[in-house]
Amino acid sequence: MSNSSTSDLLKPFKLKTKQQELLIRVSILCLVYILAFITRLFSVLRYESMIHEFDPYFNYRTTLYLTQHGFYDFWNWFDYESWYPLGRIVGGTLYPGLMVTAALIYRLLHFLRFAVHIREVCVLTAPFFASNTTLVAYFFGKEIWDSGAGLVAAILIAVCPGYISRSVAGSYDNEGVAIFALLFTFYLFVKAVNKGSLAWGLASAFGYFYMVSAWGGYVFIINLIPLYVLVLLITGRYSMRLYVAYNCMYILGMLLAMQIRFVGFQHVQSGEHMAAMGVFFLMQVFYFLDWVKHMLSDTKLFQEFLSITVTCAVAAGGIALGVGMASGYISPWTGRFYSLLDPTYAKDHIPIIASVSEHQPTAWSSFMFDFHILLFLFPAGLYFCFKRLSDATIFIVMYGLTSMYFAGVMVRLILVATPAVCLISAIAVSATVKNLTVLLRSKNKVAQIGSTKGTSSAKASSKASLDQSQPFQKNGAMALLFGAFYLLSRYATHCTWVTSEAYSSPSIVLAARGAHGNRVIFDDYREAYFWLRQNTPPDAKVMSWWDYGYQITAMGNRTVIVDNNTWNNTHIATVGRAMSSYEDEAYEIIRSLDVDYVLVVFGGVTGYSSDDINKFLWMVRIGGGVFPVIKEPDYLVNGEYRVDKGAAPKMLNCLMYKLSYYRFGEMMTEYGKPPGYDRARGVEIGNKDIKLEHLEEAFTTSNWIVRIYKVKPPNNRW
Amino acid sequence: MGRTSSTKEDAGALFHSLRSAYAATPVNLKIIDLYVGFAIFTALIQVVYMAMVGSFPFNSFLSGVLSCVGTAVLAGKSNFLSPLFAKDLPPERAFADFVLCNLVLHLVIMNFLG
Repeated sequence: MSNSSTSDLLKPFKLKTKQQELLIRVSILCLVYILAFITRLFSVLRYESMIHEFDPYFNYRTTLYLTQHGFYDFWNWFDYESWYPLGRIVGGTLYPGLMVTAALIYRLLHFLRFAVHIREVCVLTAPFFASNTTLVAYFFGKEIWDSGAGLVAAILIAVCPGYISRSVAGSYDNEGVAIFALLFTFYLFVKAVNKGSLAWGLASAFGYFYMVSAWGGYVFIINLIPLYVLVLLITGRYSMRLYVAYNCMYILGMLLAMQIRFVGFQHVQSGEHMAAMGVFFLMQVFYFLDWVKHMLSDTKLFQEFLSITVTCAVAAGGIALGVGMASGYISPWTGRFYSLLDPTYAKDHIPIIASVSEHQPTAWSSFMFDFHILLFLFPAGLYFCFKRLSDATIFIVMYGLTSMYFAGVMVRLILVATPAVCLISAIAVSATVKNLTVLLRSKNKVAQIGSTKGTSSAKASSKASLDQSQPFQKNGAMALLFGAFYLLSRYATHCTWVTSEAYSSPSIVLAARGAHGNRVIFDDYREAYFWLRQNTPPDAKVMSWWDYGYQITAMGNRTVIVDNNTWNNTHIATVGRAMSSYEDEAYEIIRSLDVDYVLVVFGGVTGYSSDDINKFLWMVRIGGGVFPVIKEPDYLVNGEYRVDKGAAPKMLNCLMYKLSYYRFGEMMTEYGKPPGYDRARGVEIGNKDIKLEHLEEAFTTSNWIVRIYKVKPPNNRW
Repeated sequence: MGRTSSTKEDAGALFHSLRSAYAATPVNLKIIDLYVGFAIFTALIQVVYMAMVGSFPFNSFLSGVLSCVGTAVLAGKSNFLSPLFAKDLPPERAFADFVLCNLVLHLVIMNFLG
C-alpha cells in the first residue's frame, strides 16, 4: 500500500512505510513549528523589537523586577509607584505565570551563555509558545481522531488570525502563554479520561495549575470540565476512568491553584467555582452507586435505591448551595463573568467594563476576518464528531459550542474559541480528504466480483470499492480534492494578509503614508515618556487617563495616579471628574492628589482617532457614576458630541478641552482649512483663545500627539 | 399503605443484602475501606473544630481538610484490589501513581499550611 513516487524518492534510504510516514509527519511538524514562529514576526521586521500596546508594559516591568530582585522580593512586592497615594500590592494582584516563564527562559539562555536582554525574551515569548501550541494541537488531534487530523489541526492553528491577534511578537500578554496552557490542560485531561490512570490526572492538575498562574480565564476550564463530566454522567458514560481522572484533577488542581495569592480561596468561596465542587460530590455519589450495584445481585432493589439516592443527593446539594449563597458565604458571580451570561449587564451597571473596546459583542465580519474557511468547516466537523461519538469527541464538541457562544458575546473571547474551531475543522478536513483519497486509490471492483467474493468483503473496509452506478466517481473525487486544497491555500493567504495588515501594529508607534508614498513614523509616545524620565524630578506624580498608566511607569519611570489595572473605580472616577471640570475645581482635585504633571493625548494634528477627546465621554460617564455633580448631558448638544462653535459651554471650558487645544487655535493643520482645524474630528474647534491659569505647558511632542502640562504651585497670598 | 410497607420491606431487604454482601468481601479490602473511612472521619473532626473555634487561618483549615479528603479519594481510586478497579493498568503502575500523587498532595499541603 505504499505511494510509489514517495517510495522511489526514499528508496535510497531503504525506509519501510512506517518509517516513511514517521519522517513525513516529523518534517511537517517541524515546518509548522517554524511557520508559527515566523508568521508572528512582522512588526519586529518592520519597526523594531519592542513591546506593544498597554498591558504588556506592566508585564514587562514586573518581569524586569523579577529578574533584578529575585522571586521572593517579586512575590512580596508592594508597588508605591502606581495608584498614588494608595499603592498596589503587586505580588498578590497579578498572575505570575507569564513573568516566571519569561524569567526562566532568560535564566536558561544566560546559563547557556547567550547574553540576551530581558526585553528580547519578553518580545519573543508569545511566538515561542504559539509554536508549542501547535505541537499540543497535534497531540490533541491525534487523541480525538487520528494523526492526520492532528497534523491539520497543527497547521490550522499555526496561522489562524484569531490566535495571532494576541500572540504576535511584542504582545507580551497573559493570553500568549495562557492559550498554550489551556489547550495543554484540556489535552492532558482528555488523555486522563481515555487512559484512566492517576499519572495523567496528576499531569492535568499541573497543567491546570499553570493555567491558573497564567490567566484569569482559568474559570472557563473549571466550569467546562465539570459541565463535560456532567454531560458524560447524564448520557450514561460513567466509568472508573472518568472517576479517577476528574477526582485527581479536581483535588490536586484546586490545591495547587490556591497557592496563587491572587486566586486565594475562590475555589471554595466563589460562585463561579461551585459547579466543580458540585460535580465532585455527584461523582462520589455515582461511585457509591456503582459499588452498591456491584454488591447487590437484585436489580429491582437497586433501581429503587438508585432513585432514592439520586434525589436525596441532588436535594442535599441544592440546599447546601442555597444556604451558602443566601448567607453570603459563597459570593455571586463577579461582574466580569456575569456580563458573559447577561451581555447587557455591564452597559447599565459597570461602565468601566463596558468601555473597553474588546468587551463589545462580536460582529459577523470579525468572525469571518478571524476564522475564514474555518467558519463553515466548524459545523462540518461537528457532524463528523457526532458520527463517531466517544468521550474525547464529546469533549471537543462541548468545548467548541461553549467557546463559540462566548466568542459571540465578547470580541476578545474569539481567542478562546480558536483552538476548538481549529481542532473541529481539522477533523472535517482530515475526514473528507481521507474519504476522497481512499476513493481515488481504490481499485476497480468489476473484474473481481466473481472470484474474490470472500476476500472482497474483508478488503471492502480498507479499499472502498467503486460504485458501478456512478462512473465518474474518481473524477469527482479528484475535483473535490482540488477544491479542498484550493480552499486551504486561500485560507493560508488570507491569514498571512490579515496578520500583516491588521495585527502587527505596535500601537505605541504609529505609521502613515506621507505625501509621496513614503512611510512616516510617529514615535511621539516614547518621545514623551522619555522626556518625562529625563526632565522631571524622580518623585514627580503624573495624572493621565488610565490607559497610559502602565506605559508611563514602565518607560517614564514616574509615579502615576491611575493605571490599566482599574481595580479602584472611585480613584479613576476622581481623575475623570478632574478632567471634566472647569479648571478651578480641577485644580483643587489635582492639588489634593499631589499631582505634578498632567498628560493628555491629542490627535487633532495627525488625525489620530484614539485620543483623549474621543475617549472623553467615557471619562464623563465613569466620573459621573461616582460623583453625580458630573452630568453627561451638560457636555452634549441635542444628544450630539461636538467640539466646534456649537458645542456645550461646559465642554468648551473643561480641563480636557483646554489641555488638548491649548495653542491649537493658531495652528494650520491642513491646506485650505482655517487654523485650528481638528483633523481627527473634522471640524474647526470652537474655543481658540485658551488661557490656562493653574497649569503651564511643559512639553508637546513633535506631532502634538502627547502633551504634558506642569501644575503650578498655588499663588502667594500677598 | 401497602406501598409504604412494601418500601419499608424493600429498604429492610436492601439493607440486609448489602450487609451480607459486604461481610463476604475479603479482609484486606475491608482494611482499605477502614483507612478511607478514617481519613474522612478526620476531615469531619476538623470541620467541627473549625465551627467551634472559628476559621481564622483559613488556609491551614483548608489544607488540613483537603489533605484528608485527598488521601481518601486517592486511596479509593488506587484500590486495585477492589472489583471496581479499571482493568487496563497493572497494579504496580497503579501503586506507583498512588505514591506519586500522594507525594505531590502532601508537598502542596505543606506549602499551603503556612
